[in-house]
Amino acid sequence: MPGKKSGVDARVLQENLLELIRRTSTQLPSDVVRAVHQGLRREKKGSTGRYALEVIRDNIIMAKDKSQPLCQDTGVIICYADLPDWCPESTFRKAFEKAVIKATKVGYLRQNSVDSITGINSGNNLGPGGPSYHFHPIKGKSLKVRMMLKGGGCENSSIQYSLPDNRIGAGRDLEGVRRCLLDALIQAQGKGCGPGILGVCVGGDRGSGYIAAKETLFRELDEKNENPTLARLENRIMKEGNGLNIGPMGFGGATTLLGVKITHRNRVPASFFVSVAYMCWAFRRNGFMMSGSGRISRWLYES
Amino acid sequence: MLLEAPFTEKKIRALRVGDRVEITGLIYTGRDAVHKYLHDGGKPPVDLTDSIIYHCGPVVVKEKGKWVVKAAGPTTSIREEPYQGPLMEQFGIRAVIGKGGMGPKTLKYCKKVGAVYFHAIGGAAQVLAERVVEVEGVHLAEKFGAPEAIWEFRVEKFPVVVTMDSHGKSLHEQVLKDSTRRFEKLLG
Ligand code: SF4
Repeated sequence: MPGKKSGVDARVLQENLLELIRRTSTQLPSDVVRAVHQGLRREKKGSTGRYALEVIRDNIIMAKDKSQPLCQDTGVIICYADLPDWCPESTFRKAFEKAVIKATKVGYLRQNSVDSITGINSGNNLGPGGPSYHFHPIKGKSLKVRMMLKGGGCENSSIQYSLPDNRIGAGRDLEGVRRCLLDALIQAQGKGCGPGILGVCVGGDRGSGYIAAKETLFRELDEKNENPTLARLENRIMKEGNGLNIGPMGFGGATTLLGVKITHRNRVPASFFVSVAYMCWAFRRNGFMMSGSGRISRWLYES
Repeated sequence: MLLEAPFTEKKIRALRVGDRVEITGLIYTGRDAVHKYLHDGGKPPVDLTDSIIYHCGPVVVKEKGKWVVKAAGPTTSIREEPYQGPLMEQFGIRAVIGKGGMGPKTLKYCKKVGAVYFHAIGGAAQVLAERVVEVEGVHLAEKFGAPEAIWEFRVEKFPVVVTMDSHGKSLHEQVLKDSTRRFEKLLG
């Protein structure tokens, strides 16, 4: 049987990954749904901001019921996999790619991968750099897969600051970081389909900073930051960001943000980057734990 | 409030920023390729007098010989800023639907010719697709590809918000001004 050599049934793995893609594209994680509902309670009855959130709420329900994409921009495919011995990288890649092709065919994913030089759409979401994989070999027994779909509108609203930044008076300290994050919200208004979520990395280099900023979006919205300083900053940005009155879709209102997640990396003394990965309300992430027998023991983010 | 075809100047001039509108009638999709084509002198394949243009690259599939809309959310409008106003004037376009709003040039033309900007809820692909009750035709699909084509959508109660009106008001301008003032205050 194909795939047996490596210890995992390739067909079962592929089916599980297709189901993962389907759920990611058509259902929002429960923590994000909760945050949308909190926003609804916050917005004034009859306001335009509340109306936007009501349409968003209806859309979340409808996409799940119809098993169709939440948003037509199914975005770039980001995949993190913790690979135990029984699942080599090559096996995983093959299975994931087959699942992506199938998902594109049946419409869970839009044809969204364009050759940057020729402008030709690959038609199946595969091509240099896509999907974007992050593999980690692990000692444990379970395969852990997490994925995220990030659309163009919100990705275009992501931004990286190099401190000091005189325009906003941001120095190389946490106050400087705060200024960057509030500025990022001003810049993103009306662009990234708010209310949004900020994934932030303080430090690192230009590449690792953005990767860490995106990666921190895998943390659940209501999960407290282990670092008390960053937890305080997250809360402060939530409060101040929502006070900017940008509101859902930029219509004005008290819900500009659904969450802020901040992480940090060491930097070289000469650099101080603040990388902000802006995520839209259609915050599609999901994941599962799978045993060597092919059974999914747990879906992440469905509590 | 309900807005039914024909989309006359009188009906459009009566709309104000903040109005929630449900559109019923025929609308046309058009995004980057179409705007550039018309701007460069291309002939419109449909009569655009008193029309509504939807900035949208839909997912449409053929099922049993009929076009069915699978997803139809708005795309970012500001990319059409250089073209939109002059095209409104030249062809009698009464409104555009999109997301993110447009700039001062379009706002000026809205006032001049009697047109508005409708904001649809970004990302709400399913809610919006459901209000497209029929696809009545498609134009320029061979030339530009399906997402960039002009699709004739018969919509029923298609939900939008007026964010730029024909009286010189823009919600986007207001929110930007207000949020920037608050931002500057926070920065001290
Ligand atoms: S920003 Fe998000 S919700 Fe808006 S169109 Fe892009 S993917 Fe969809």
